[in-house]
Amino acid sequence: MLIPAATAVLMVIQQAPAEGTDWDAEFGVETKQRDPVTGELPVDPYEQSNANAGAAPYDSAGLVRDFGGRDGIARIAGRTVDLAESDPRIAVIFESHDMVRLKRTLSEQFCYLLGAGCDYTGRDMRAAHDGMGVTKADMNALVENLQSAMREAGVPFAAQNRLLAKLAPMSRKIVER
Amino acid sequence: MTIISSCLLALCHAAAMSAGSAIPVTAPHIAYAPVLDEEPEQAPLSPTIPDDQAVASAIRALQPLGPTSALSDGEGGVRIGKIELFEGGKLLLTNGVATVEGSSGGGIARWGTIGGRQMPGGIGLSAHATAIELPDFSWRSYGVLLGVDDRLELSVSRADFDTRDVGTALGIGQGYTFNLDTFGAKLRLAGDLVYGESWLPQIAVGIEHKRSRDADLVRAIGAADDEGTDYTLSATKLLLARSVLVNATLRYTEANQLGLLGFGSAGEGYNLQFEGSLGYQLSRRAVIGAEYRTKPDILGLGEDDWLDLFAAYALTDHLTLTAAYVDLGSIATFPDQRGGFLSAQVAF
Ligand code: HEM
Repeated sequence: MLIPAATAVLMVIQQAPAEGTDWDAEFGVETKQRDPVTGELPVDPYEQSNANAGAAPYDSAGLVRDFGGRDGIARIAGRTVDLAESDPRIAVIFESHDMVRLKRTLSEQFCYLLGAGCDYTGRDMRAAHDGMGVTKADMNALVENLQSAMREAGVPFAAQNRLLAKLAPMSRKIVER
Repeated sequence: MTIISSCLLALCHAAAMSAGSAIPVTAPHIAYAPVLDEEPEQAPLSPTIPDDQAVASAIRALQPLGPTSALSDGEGGVRIGKIELFEGGKLLLTNGVATVEGSSGGGIARWGTIGGRQMPGGIGLSAHATAIELPDFSWRSYGVLLGVDDRLELSVSRADFDTRDVGTALGIGQGYTFNLDTFGAKLRLAGDLVYGESWLPQIAVGIEHKRSRDADLVRAIGAADDEGTDYTLSATKLLLARSVLVNATLRYTEANQLGLLGFGSAGEGYNLQFEGSLGYQLSRRAVIGAEYRTKPDILGLGEDDWLDLFAAYALTDHLTLTAAYVDLGSIATFPDQRGGFLSAQVAF
C-alpha cells in the first residue's frame, strides 16, 4: 500500500519529460542552416572591402594566364582547401569550419590578388583566423598544400612564388603562436 | 518486486536530487591539463547534435589526446615534455646548407638562417660532410649542428686541409694536413627568411670560435695566435616575388685562411669583412646562386677573396646535396686555386 503511494509521489516530483522536447531550444543551442543556394553557413556581419584581401593586386595578364585564368585560380584554391583538409598536420583546424565558404573566399582572394578581376568579399585575415591558434608550422603546411595545388595545375614556379609573395607578409595577422 | 526496485531507484534518485540541490552551487571549474592528460576510460560517444559542424567539433573534443607519456612519438619526431625533437616543419632549403665553417649558409658564406628543420618550440639536428678539390690542395670537413626553436644554432665542425705535394715544396712535409676546429653559435634577432614584411630580412648575430690544431706551425708561419673568434652579423631574405634569395654578412675576423693558418700576425689583428650571396629558386627543391667572400691578408701571403657558383638540391626532406665551382684564389702563395666543391647535408 505504502509502496505504490510513494511511487506515485515520486512520479510527481520527478516528472518525465514530455515526448518530443526540443532540447536544442531548451538549452539555447543554435543550429545554423546552410543557405539552400550557396550551401554556405551564415557568418556574423562584417564590412566588405577588397582591402580585406590583405594586399594590393598584381596587374599582369601573363600572371593570370600562368594560373589558368579565373577558372584555373578557382580550381587551385579549391584543391588547396581539399589538400589542407586531408593533411594530418592541419586537418583538425579546418574540421569545424565552413569549407564551402572557404573555397569561395580563398578563390576570390587569389583571383583578386593575381589581378584576374574578382572582388574579395570575405573577412580580413586577422578576423578570419582570430583565436585559431595557427602556428608557423601550420602556415608552412598550408603553403606546401598550395604549392602542390599550383604544381598539379602546371603553374610555373616563378609565378607560384609571386602569389606566395603576396601571402607571406600576411603571416603576421594569421600566425598566433 | 519490480515495483520495489523501481521505487528504490526512484527513491535513490530523488534523494540524490535533493542532496544535490542542497549543496551550494560551485562556480564552474575548468580543469585542463591534468584531466585531459588522462586516458578516457571508455570509448568516446558520438553525440547526436544535429548541426554537422557541432558534431565535428564535439567529436574532436571527445577524442583522446593520443599518447601523452613524457617521451612520445610525434609526427615523425619525438616529444620530450613540450619540446618537439626532430619533428621538422621547415620549408625545403630554408635551413640553408652547411658552410665551410659548419654553420648554416650557402657554402662559403654564413647566412642569417638557423640550421635544422625544427619549428618554434622544437629542436633539430643536422650533419654534413664537404669535400673541395683544388689544383694543389684538398679540403675535407664535417660537422654537426643543433638548431633550437628556430632561434639558436650551435655547431661544431672539423676541417682537414691536405697540402698534398705542395707540403714538400713548403718544407712541411708531403701531404701535411692542417686541421681546424670551429665552434659556432648563431642567434636570430629579428625577421623571417620567408614570412613577414618583404623589406625585413632574417637578422642574426653569431660567433665562430676556431682552434687551429697546428699551433707551432701557424706561429712559425707568422700568426700571432692558434685560436681566435669571428663575430658575424647576417641578414638574409627570400624575395618571393623574384624567387631570389639575398644574403649579406659582416664578419669581424683575424683569421688567416679561415684560421687554418692561425690568427692575426705581429702587426695586424681584426678586420671587417663581407660575405654576399645571391640565389635563384628554380623549384621547391633546387636553388642556384653565387657567393662572394672578402678575406683579409694579414700574413701577407697574398690571401685572396673567395667566390663560388653553387647549385643545391633537396633530394628528400632531409637530404640536401650542394655542388659548386669555387675560386679560392691564392692559398699559401700557390695561386689560382679553382676547383670543385661537393657537400651533403642531412637534417631533421
Ligand atoms: C597566407 C595564408 C592564408 C591565407 C591567405 C588565408 C586565407 C583565408 C581566407 C580568405 C579565409 C576566409 C575568410 C572568410 O570566411 O571571410 C580563411 C579562413 C580560414 N582559414 Fe585561412 N588563410 C591562410 C592561412 C591559414 C592557415 C595557416 C590556416 C590553418 C592551418 C588557416 C585556416 C583557416 C580556417 C579554418 C578558416 C575558416 C574560418 C571560419 O570558418 O571562420 N588559414 N583563410
